[in-house]
Amino acid sequence: MAESATLHDRLTEIWSDPPNIYGKLATIDHKKIGKRYIVTAIAFLLIAGLEAVLMRIQLIGPNVDFLSAEAYNQIMTMHGTTMIFWYAAPILSGFANYLVPMLIGARDMAFPRLNAFTYWTFLFSGVLLYISPLLGSAPRGGWFAYVPFTNDFYSPTIGMDFFAFSLMLLTVSTTAGAINLIATIFRLRAPGMSVDRMPLFLWSTSTTQFVIVFSLPALTAALVLLELDRLWGFHFYDSGAAGDPLLWLQLFWFFGHPWVYIIFLPATGMISMVLPVFCRRPIVGYTWVALATVLTGLVGFGVWVHHMFTTGLPQVSMGFFSGASMTISIFTTIQVFAWVATIWTGRPVLKAPMLFALGFIILIVIGGLSGVMTAVIPFDWQLHDTYFVVGHIHFVLIGANVFPVFAALYYWLPKMTGRIMNERLARWNFGLMFTGMLVGFFTMHITGFLGMPRRIFTYSAASGWTVANFITTVGAGIFVIGVLIGIFNFFYSRKYGLPAGNNPWNADTLEWSSTSPPPIYGVERIPTVASRHPLWDEHKEEDDPENRRVLDDGKQTLATTGVDAHDGFVARMPGETVVPLVTGLALFGLCLALLFKLLWLALGFAVATAIAIAYWMWPKDKELIA
Amino acid sequence: MSVVPGSMQDVYPPTTRPHERGRGIWGMWLFIGTEAMLFALLFFAYFYLMASRTQWPLEKDPSYSYALILLAILLTSSFVASWAERGIKEHGNLGRLNVGLGLTLLLGIAFLGVQYIEYQHKLKELLPTDHAYGSVFYTITSLHLAHVIVGMLMLTFVFARGLAGHFNKERHLAVKNAVLYWHFVDVVWIFIVSIIYLSPHFYGGN
Repeated sequence: MAESATLHDRLTEIWSDPPNIYGKLATIDHKKIGKRYIVTAIAFLLIAGLEAVLMRIQLIGPNVDFLSAEAYNQIMTMHGTTMIFWYAAPILSGFANYLVPMLIGARDMAFPRLNAFTYWTFLFSGVLLYISPLLGSAPRGGWFAYVPFTNDFYSPTIGMDFFAFSLMLLTVSTTAGAINLIATIFRLRAPGMSVDRMPLFLWSTSTTQFVIVFSLPALTAALVLLELDRLWGFHFYDSGAAGDPLLWLQLFWFFGHPWVYIIFLPATGMISMVLPVFCRRPIVGYTWVALATVLTGLVGFGVWVHHMFTTGLPQVSMGFFSGASMTISIFTTIQVFAWVATIWTGRPVLKAPMLFALGFIILIVIGGLSGVMTAVIPFDWQLHDTYFVVGHIHFVLIGANVFPVFAALYYWLPKMTGRIMNERLARWNFGLMFTGMLVGFFTMHITGFLGMPRRIFTYSAASGWTVANFITTVGAGIFVIGVLIGIFNFFYSRKYGLPAGNNPWNADTLEWSSTSPPPIYGVERIPTVASRHPLWDEHKEEDDPENRRVLDDGKQTLATTGVDAHDGFVARMPGETVVPLVTGLALFGLCLALLFKLLWLALGFAVATAIAIAYWMWPKDKELIA
Repeated sequence: MSVVPGSMQDVYPPTTRPHERGRGIWGMWLFIGTEAMLFALLFFAYFYLMASRTQWPLEKDPSYSYALILLAILLTSSFVASWAERGIKEHGNLGRLNVGLGLTLLLGIAFLGVQYIEYQHKLKELLPTDHAYGSVFYTITSLHLAHVIVGMLMLTFVFARGLAGHFNKERHLAVKNAVLYWHFVDVVWIFIVSIIYLSPHFYGGN
């Protein structure tokens, strides 16, 4: 043990950040960045939740005079945009940041400085978005911002420009993060963790990151063309000058529907991790679940036109996309059957993470079915732009993102904080959220059948929508109380919870082999992996008398081959630095300057960005030259 | 005894363990992948706008003489860059690398100059604010121009590191990545020349 203690001290000294403000700003530790991601994303969840509450108060009865039409439009846009772009995906990035290196037995991400850059640009893009309401004009075109409503003629306010530029900055962040996660998952897995032994969270996360790399450029393109139209008088979306507003829809949904899977697939991966642990058995149909994940990602690129069935497209095209949209439900169904079979053949333990996993399965089946309904063209024509679609999107986004995220928080926060969550509060948290969903958001489907269009700020008593809207507001209120109890539980248990120990759930994957919270360097010796369940199997870590797997000659981790995870290479890791933060600030300045059409200032920030990147890439140490 | 995956035989002892260089290549290929997708989608926009028109381009077909000169410059620069890279990769010849990268940069500057002249002529007959064709023409070509500039910044960075004597036969990942990106910029121009400049002359646009 004495030797182990000195090893611990040596590694701690190598990997620690300076214990001051500089150390906090310069840290590139994936665990700290992951936690910051999660906290920031939850802050955005609360802000967007507050916006939802304001909307539900406005809609509680007919002709309520709480918000003006313009205020309602702005709040509705901010709610959707914040939830979809600044909460749903970033919270999954946060978990991926924290967990992926630990799941694969690595000490950090493949590009730790890029990881810090990813977080800072995510934060700055959110700040950029929320500057606009402070200037008195938030974006007002809804989260998918259809032209011509969002062009400079119908939406001349600067809020739309903030929307576009903050999303472009977020795109840079998300793409950089995706590249980083792919390189991490395919280069830094512990020896022996071949792809068929990867935890399912890694399958879903890597699939998602490939989807990000190839779908996000469509959002960038759509936004660049929009801003060229708005700020510099180009005519991409202007049907009066040979442009076409439908081009926005094509580009936006070519990105937008894969994005649905970007915020859904990692969450299914989380469930595939949590569920088997609480059923006390390996997941049923590992290979099927992994393949279904990859196929969902692939086919997700071929369904975007189902958002455009009412735009007058040719029949053949609509038939193809309708078919593809129904096909994709097969892959989710495979996963659902695998989860149900795992519960059926296991011995379920109804702890908080399991409750949220069960809630997720029920909600995703309902949300998935209403999705198949809208994939059917005649049905879609009837329900397009009604509250049915609002109900569907909330079932899939809350059911398939918020519930798995809460399951993941209850499951992994003990690892991050070293304390178990309070179970009694967890039950209230789950019960209220689940009830709120079924009362409030299920009713939205019925409101849609009654003909209420989405995005209207009020309605008349004669419409017959009063009762349904009242029930939805009550349900949303119950849901919000449930979420707040959950947030309270996290703070409460962080202080007063029972100590978690290394592996409170007796789970099977590598992140549970370390202490809770884990040491700064992650693992003392890079583990070797002999099965899908490294902590459940008979494989014992052999002695390591020659210290082959210690790697304490500077900041190092072990790299292996992409598929089989053979052959150890030494991967040297950089030290802490504020350059990613400076680069992020320069890009933030660049966006602001372009937004106000200050071209010389923009050039200055572009040069600053280039200098920062050059300084970043220049090796400080000859040893680091690759 | 055979090598069991995940066993000790799988890990080289530290003294003989090679250093890892794969991450950077993964990063660059994925970056190129996402950039290629961006151009693919802009070409999609070009064809999408074209599909609803009987006449496209909306005025006369673009003249391609400058575009072909630019293509010749870029193709030559790609060969020169490869020659430089092979110098360090196969022979560890730092001098050949530096000369080759310098020449590539000069060809890049020539590209910027010729495109400046082309824009001078083009802007007299077509403005990006005229109509959607003007918008898409200038957006695609100037986005490519921005990529040429970024590629040149990468090459300048690698050139500076070459002058600082950073590279040898084993360690030259930055060279590999920058040259790879430069090839990508080159390939995009081949697509632009084919789609924007040449194809209207074949399908009888005007």
